[in-house]
Amino acid sequence: METTITLQILRYIPEKDPDPFYQEYEVPIREEWVILDALNYIKDHIDGTLSYRWSCRMGVCGSCGMMVNEKPILTCETFLEKYMPGPVRIAPLNYFGVIRDLVVETDGFMEKVKRVKPWIIRDREKAPSEGEYLQTPEQLSEYKQYSMCINCMLCYSACPVVGLEPEFIGPAAIALAQRYNYDNRDEGENQRNDVLLADDGIYECTLVGECSEVCPKKVDPAGAIQRYKVQGATEWWTSVLLPFGKK
Amino acid sequence: MARYGPNEHDVLIVGGGGAGLRAAIAVAETNPKLSIAVVSKVYPMRSHTVSAEGGAAAVIKPDDSLDDHAYDTISGGDWLCDQDAVEAFVKEAPEEMIRLEHWGCPWSREENGSIAVRPFGGMKNKRTWFAADKTGFHMLHSMFQTTLKYDPIDRYDEYFVTSLLVDDGRCQGVVALELATGKIEPIAAKSVILCTGGCGKVFPFTTNANIKTGDGMAIAYRAGVPLKDMEFVQYHPTGLPFTGILITEAARAEGGRLLNKDGYRYLQDYDLGIPEDKPVLRSMELGPRDRLSQAFEKEKEKGRTLNGPYGEFVHLDIRHLGKEVIDEKIPFVRELCRKYENIDPVHEMIPVRPVVHYIMGGIHTDINGETLLDGLFAAGETACVSINGANRLGSNSLTELLVFGARAGRVAAEYASSQTSFGSRLEALATDEKKRIEKTFFNSSGNRSERVADLRKEMHNAMEQGAGIYRTETSLKSSGEILGELRERFKKISLEDKSYTFNTQFVSAMELSYMFDVAESIIESALQRTESRGSHQRTDFPERDDQNFLKHSLSYKTEQGSARVEYQPVTITRWPPGERKYGR
Ligand SMILES: Cc1cc2nc3c(=O)[nH]c(=O)nc-3n(C[C@H](O)[C@H](O)[C@H](O)COP(=O)(O)OP(=O)(O)OC[C@H]3O[C@@H](n4cnc5c(N)ncnc54)[C@H](O)[C@@H]3O)c2cc1C
Ligand code: SF4
Ligand code: FES
Repeated sequence: METTITLQILRYIPEKDPDPFYQEYEVPIREEWVILDALNYIKDHIDGTLSYRWSCRMGVCGSCGMMVNEKPILTCETFLEKYMPGPVRIAPLNYFGVIRDLVVETDGFMEKVKRVKPWIIRDREKAPSEGEYLQTPEQLSEYKQYSMCINCMLCYSACPVVGLEPEFIGPAAIALAQRYNYDNRDEGENQRNDVLLADDGIYECTLVGECSEVCPKKVDPAGAIQRYKVQGATEWWTSVLLPFGKK
Repeated sequence: MARYGPNEHDVLIVGGGGAGLRAAIAVAETNPKLSIAVVSKVYPMRSHTVSAEGGAAAVIKPDDSLDDHAYDTISGGDWLCDQDAVEAFVKEAPEEMIRLEHWGCPWSREENGSIAVRPFGGMKNKRTWFAADKTGFHMLHSMFQTTLKYDPIDRYDEYFVTSLLVDDGRCQGVVALELATGKIEPIAAKSVILCTGGCGKVFPFTTNANIKTGDGMAIAYRAGVPLKDMEFVQYHPTGLPFTGILITEAARAEGGRLLNKDGYRYLQDYDLGIPEDKPVLRSMELGPRDRLSQAFEKEKEKGRTLNGPYGEFVHLDIRHLGKEVIDEKIPFVRELCRKYENIDPVHEMIPVRPVVHYIMGGIHTDINGETLLDGLFAAGETACVSINGANRLGSNSLTELLVFGARAGRVAAEYASSQTSFGSRLEALATDEKKRIEKTFFNSSGNRSERVADLRKEMHNAMEQGAGIYRTETSLKSSGEILGELRERFKKISLEDKSYTFNTQFVSAMELSYMFDVAESIIESALQRTESRGSHQRTDFPERDDQNFLKHSLSYKTEQGSARVEYQPVTITRWPPGERKYGR
């Protein structure tokens, strides 16, 4: 007989459900299945009304984050077997509004990403005919880690500050700001400081470090925040207080 | 899900992948006064460009030349590429790649800080730029983040396009459904660029993401625009057996070897050169993808592949590269093997088999992305210019997104500026479309019993069996018949989900209907091309036939169901058709 496992999935269709509720599904266990395969099995064979996002099934598009047994994870990267013998609880990502079932509101996050001006800012831009900006492997490694973010939003679901202060700009956006700040091609740090040092900015962070724990791509937003608090901010204060100082 | 602007624009781009975003920036830079909309069924940074791994080709080093890049591309494409397009492509590629560098793409570098390049299959010189082995990811995120600084670019995120608005013989926008609310509405625009990506999901075993269902191709085809060279489907030789996850060609470029069940480098038996310790360009493991995938099939016939729970496979061995090189050059390969196959390629061999990866064909466009319908343009994998001919070379596609995304953007911007008014029927057309959708998918009356998942599975089987690496008249005809039956059954499709809020079952049903059109076009074009060229191999017609088929096929939708196929000559400028030589 095939081994099975029970998934308890938080369901919510706004047109008909007054409140979210857990629905149980029993699915087969296969060694090579990730959680997402089990959801697809449900959708194809048991209940076609279950809604969730996914696309790449290789841990890089950032669509498939969910709370599984209270922890934010990428469901396409996590084997089902790990949760034997079950049951497994699957819910939408914490601290985001729910559109339906496992699908959460993403626009707020997108706005935070935009707010940190995540593009190269320079006084003078080179024309393509002038060739590339030089960047040594060491200079690349300064920011490389922060450029690995797939915008999966798991870190927001793990962050207690986001839970309390939804306006908090949050771990991934801060790491993204740092990704550009530490890029030797960029000169936009001051503009980003205006955002990071605002009320809903970096000083809301109490350095819990959960964000880095759950990040599937080892971006280490907590490290980015720490580094900012120690080094970035002093530089900024110096520049404001001593306009004729070193920079 | 949100929309950031009024429903009327100058240029509307469907698709927020590499091609769509490049086009959007090109429009903004051509004329900052134009209003631009990017409509996408997923948030742009989730687009499939994100999973491209190996790299993007452009001549940058002094020991390389544009002519070499052109020749590699043309011979790799088995002379089905339009050579004027290839010449424009290789010429504009370096500047496009530098632009991306200026936008912050974290390209891998040489010690002195200049761009690093790696070898790639079918390329005579090293010219593939890379960002470790997450090239597409970095390109897409750099470009997406750059678009955020352009105010004229509005986005319609998570809007699913169902059809084009065509009035007065001119494309003037699209009809789209907002996933979050189920609202179906017209979005008008003076020109439209389709950048909707490929259609790998027509097949069961593919590297392609769930969203790659050929939507744009079907939407154009339904509007009377022909699809070009659809019989050319690329199999990548190295996919992981159960998931179809891609192990990038970069693994072979760095020195990875393909071994059969006896540990023998079997490619040497297929006119691909002699095995050397170090990787040799245009030889053995660095031969073109069509030839490598075909060699696998031959090994399988000879009983020299290994047998696993998910079919036959061979081994890709990268152990000799050592942990350091693997972690530095192809870390994602290691991450994927560990996560999905539970093996560490530093110590173990990787099981691989050919997997559907890319479609050379697509919406017929000219060198500027213009289609045969006024006001409609296309770029990226969904379009066929054609620079890929009968077989695309790895790392040409990402660059193609930039070069032809930018070209389409510029021309669509000019076209939009020359248009002054909209047709009078747009609202009425959108209302008709809304009724059609309601009736087909949300109406529960009548005898409806067919399920999306079942029909999709049967289509997958038919495509794999009839239109795979090797094809025959019999296999294609029988798949064509099955497809016809499935289409009939689709008329009785029944959705369990009648909600208007984020109804993913509705999306799957629409995608399935798109895939039927794409599949039909693939099968009919393959049936009528009675020769073997590049990725299209007919066992009943094993030779290339330049006399009759040095031509592009153009398939048109007909009332009866199966496509009508016409032909158009290939443009030859400086490289007359010759023999494809690898490893010698
Ligand atoms: C695993 C993998 C690795 C690859 N590696 C390489 C590589 O190393 N080098 C290389 O050159 N090429 C590579 N390729 C090929 C290359 O990545 C693709 O051809 C290319 O990224 C396609 O880009 P695109 O912009 O055309 O489409 P996509 O990035 O697929 O974007 C399509 C867009 O269209 C939108 N869309 C589609 N349908 C609709 C609809 N109905 N309504 C609204 N929006 C819609 C989607 O939301 C999406 O935004 C790889 C491909 C795969 C699968
Ligand atoms: S920082 Fe990590 S957890 Fe947060 S969004 Fe980026 S990849 Fe996801
Ligand atoms: S489906 Fe893309 S990250 Fe999981």
